[in-house]
Amino acid sequence: MTNRLTRLAAAGLLALPLLAGGPAFAQGAGPVGQTPSGQQPQNISEQEVQLFQQLQGNVAGRVSIPDAKASLLIQPEGKSWRDFQREELKLIGGIAIFGILAVLAIFFATRGRIKIEGGPAGRTITRFNGLERFAHWLTASCFIVLGLSGLNIAFGRALLLPVIGPEAFTAVSQAGKYAHNYLSFPFTLGVVLMFLLWAKDNIPNKLDIDWLKAGGGLVGKGHAHAHRFNGGQKMIFWSTVLGGGAIAATGYFLMFPFTVTDMAGMQLAHIVHAVLGVLLIAMILAHIYIGSVGMEGAFAAMGSGEVDLNWARAHHDLWVQDMMGTRHEGRGHPVAAE
Amino acid sequence: MARMKFLCDAERCIECNACVTACKNEHEVPWGINRRRVVTIKDGEPGERSISMACMHCTDAPCAAVCPVDCFYTTADGVVLHSKDLCIGCGYCFYACPFGAPQYPQTSNFGSRGKMDKCTFCAGGPEDDITPVEYQKYGSNRLAEGKLPLCAEMCSTKALLAGDGDIIAAIYKERVVKRGYGTGAWGWSVAYKDSSAA
Repeated sequence: MTNRLTRLAAAGLLALPLLAGGPAFAQGAGPVGQTPSGQQPQNISEQEVQLFQQLQGNVAGRVSIPDAKASLLIQPEGKSWRDFQREELKLIGGIAIFGILAVLAIFFATRGRIKIEGGPAGRTITRFNGLERFAHWLTASCFIVLGLSGLNIAFGRALLLPVIGPEAFTAVSQAGKYAHNYLSFPFTLGVVLMFLLWAKDNIPNKLDIDWLKAGGGLVGKGHAHAHRFNGGQKMIFWSTVLGGGAIAATGYFLMFPFTVTDMAGMQLAHIVHAVLGVLLIAMILAHIYIGSVGMEGAFAAMGSGEVDLNWARAHHDLWVQDMMGTRHEGRGHPVAAE
Repeated sequence: MARMKFLCDAERCIECNACVTACKNEHEVPWGINRRRVVTIKDGEPGERSISMACMHCTDAPCAAVCPVDCFYTTADGVVLHSKDLCIGCGYCFYACPFGAPQYPQTSNFGSRGKMDKCTFCAGGPEDDITPVEYQKYGSNRLAEGKLPLCAEMCSTKALLAGDGDIIAAIYKERVVKRGYGTGAWGWSVAYKDSSAA
């Protein structure tokens, strides 16, 4: 009797043990309730077991306040989302960002700055016009702020908070939140602009496979033929457009919470946003490297828009041919990049 | 020290929403903010139950774990509180919370979230106890006055219990033994599961 009461009490008190001890409990418990249908007497405790089985997932019901979210009574998935925040995201972000930094450092140490073959020609060719450079730098400047404020939300608590203290960290994070919200709009505009300007030159073709086989000119020797954009640039382009687009879309889900999706959708949107975010940051770090210290002559393409002819011939030989026609001795700025 | 918990006896809750009203009145909670709510599951069907739910003051609270600015803290009584001075209103705690406790006034840009507000177990916040500034930000601090949360104190059927977890568990256990059934302590397995091992 004592044993039965103890089990009864324990089972009534704790939800999960009840599930395990359910059948024994059902036989042992005294009171028996009739189901309305009257088919077979159903033990009340069996109803309880059913209720607790609902506890394994979300338990939702009716609530009198005009807020649909409030009707969700219990969502244990919140803890899974917490675990993603605490473990997987830190792991993915750490590997992606520190990994790419390590790879770039090793690459710079072994290969050094990639020089223009044959040295600068002294003559230039227009690679990107004003609108193209505007689209690039609009996206780039927004991305830097978005990336830093996003990294601050994801990792600042562990890395920055202990250094500058809670009040200063809150001030930084609050400013970062506003910047992250507002700059999402020009960032999205930049991504759309870049897509419209460059999509036609970024359609993958057979030359990209040759580019990959040649190691992209980075690890191997020699250059594969390339039109306006080579295989690597096409990868950057589509990652930015598709990845950036997905980040923007999930970001708007998060900025206008619960307008288009429910709790599970919000958690998923955040996970996609965060994972794509750190991956894109890692990729853009490599992009920044090769466009600045990594390669002589590359920055000018997005700086002044004018690139050295020898650089262009080495990396985009077919594009130079298209631009200059057969006149390999063309001077100055023969044709606009468009 | 006591380990403060809420326990809602679903066999007793009659969905009168007095706990919700008491909470709103006691803390002068703004419009649109519901620190406590009553959810009815299986409404109109056999096995209907109403459960009053607020912050469960979890062990290893998910909200505290995901907060980007680390604004949460747990008191010696096991009450999970947060600082509105540090909160940036990002909304992460709402995604992590198993009980839908965090609430946000819509004061920020794009109608998005302001600083989070939630049940304090009537224990105020990080400001000095029983001061106007504490009341303005977090509501009254009944614990500092030696009282328990008002929602449970004025529950007409004593469905909602608040206090030392061991004591309210013993009260509930006695009820279950006497009447022979009970649907369990709602949310406890989710809120305190990690603590059973500790």
